[in-house]
Amino acid sequence: MHLDHHHSHDGAAAVSADAHRPDGRRRALRIGLGGPVGSGKTATVAALCRALRDELALAVVTNDIYTREDAEFLLREAVLPPERITAVETGACPHTAIRDDISANLEAVEDLEDEVGPLDLILVESGGDNLTATFSKGLVDAQIFVIDVAGGDDIPRKGGPGVTTADLLVVNKTDLAPHVGSDLGRMAADAKAQRAELPVVFQSLRAEDGDGVKDVVAWVREQLTAWAA
Amino acid sequence: MSRAALLVLADGRFPAGGHAHSGGAEAAVKAGRITGAGSLEEFCRGRLHTTGLVSASLAAGAALGLDPVELDGAADARTPSPALRVAARKLGRQLMRAARATWPSPELDALAQEFPKGAHQPVVLGLAARAAGLGAEDAAYCAVYESVSGPASATVRLLSLDPFDATGVLARLTPELDRVARQAVEAARCAVGGGVAALPAASAPLLEIGAEAHAAWAVRLFAS
Repeated sequence: MHLDHHHSHDGAAAVSADAHRPDGRRRALRIGLGGPVGSGKTATVAALCRALRDELALAVVTNDIYTREDAEFLLREAVLPPERITAVETGACPHTAIRDDISANLEAVEDLEDEVGPLDLILVESGGDNLTATFSKGLVDAQIFVIDVAGGDDIPRKGGPGVTTADLLVVNKTDLAPHVGSDLGRMAADAKAQRAELPVVFQSLRAEDGDGVKDVVAWVREQLTAWAA
Repeated sequence: MSRAALLVLADGRFPAGGHAHSGGAEAAVKAGRITGAGSLEEFCRGRLHTTGLVSASLAAGAALGLDPVELDGAADARTPSPALRVAARKLGRQLMRAARATWPSPELDALAQEFPKGAHQPVVLGLAARAAGLGAEDAAYCAVYESVSGPASATVRLLSLDPFDATGVLARLTPELDRVARQAVEAARCAVGGGVAALPAASAPLLEIGAEAHAAWAVRLFAS
């Protein structure tokens, strides 16, 4: 998980995934959240912010496809102060901005650390995309892929880079399973077959106690512990 | 110097942020000024002879070793629209990151330090060409090609234009790209002795106005 980078030349600012800031301090852990449109990425980000904001210095980068709606949703929900939420524009290609050409996102995370830092954690949310979208290791340290039961219970079986290789797979909206005829047992077995030992979380953010995101929170805490070690 | 370095720098996949910008095409499509391959060609021709020429002369000047800070001021003076200045500096910052990682150079480091939030993209482009061991003509070619390839690929996404038609537009413009690149290099050579005021200052008012309107839209696909 840790990016083991070495300086090939001077000028740390040019090395995108360097673990240290130009001033020598360790930078924030960056976790990417990707997945299809409507699977609950923004809702998961909002729930993570609510769960972690009192104990961690947090910020969020959103990658909307053609609006600022995700950023505006987070602002409206007041999950973080506005200066901790930045939107990146992606030119109709959300996967390009998180994988092939990460420069705009790198600038967004660096500007957040400059302006509101030091930060412990930056969540980078991808625009809703397809099953092949993954984050570059130059941009994030770990990635979560969010799918939902209503998108079809055959998605884990279909695999693809997001489902297969993400550090955490989240199957969201489990409360809808009986209504859309999705078989959670089958989804779990297919995910296990695709991902071997990589973890999978089934969650519903509808839970009365607002604690539906607790398993993802626990996973994020593990990543933070490993990052700080 | 390696000739192939030019291909690396000019490649549309060079990770320097260009994919999120339409070069004014999104505003022109919305205004009905680009509706198909024919009007795309006219749009690109106009952009080539204005923004393209200015950018290419700035890039060629930087590649020749003119003071990049002075060139950056010259770029500001030739970019009336604040939205376009912001876009040019954003893209300059992104190109700077990619160039420093690709062709480490003390000159790039110095400019990055001078403009932490980004110098104008054509100035960075010229300096990147220099760092890659390329010449003024190469830098000018990159700039003129970018001035038309950006809007062409954006229009493919915006209008679902046939990609072969868009590529045909670019191919038909190549003799003019040659001419404008030559003009830009000549101007940059004049500026070596005569100062940056010798650089061309062609402008396209509709591009400037369109960029200001576009920057205020709530819903858009491209950053500029």
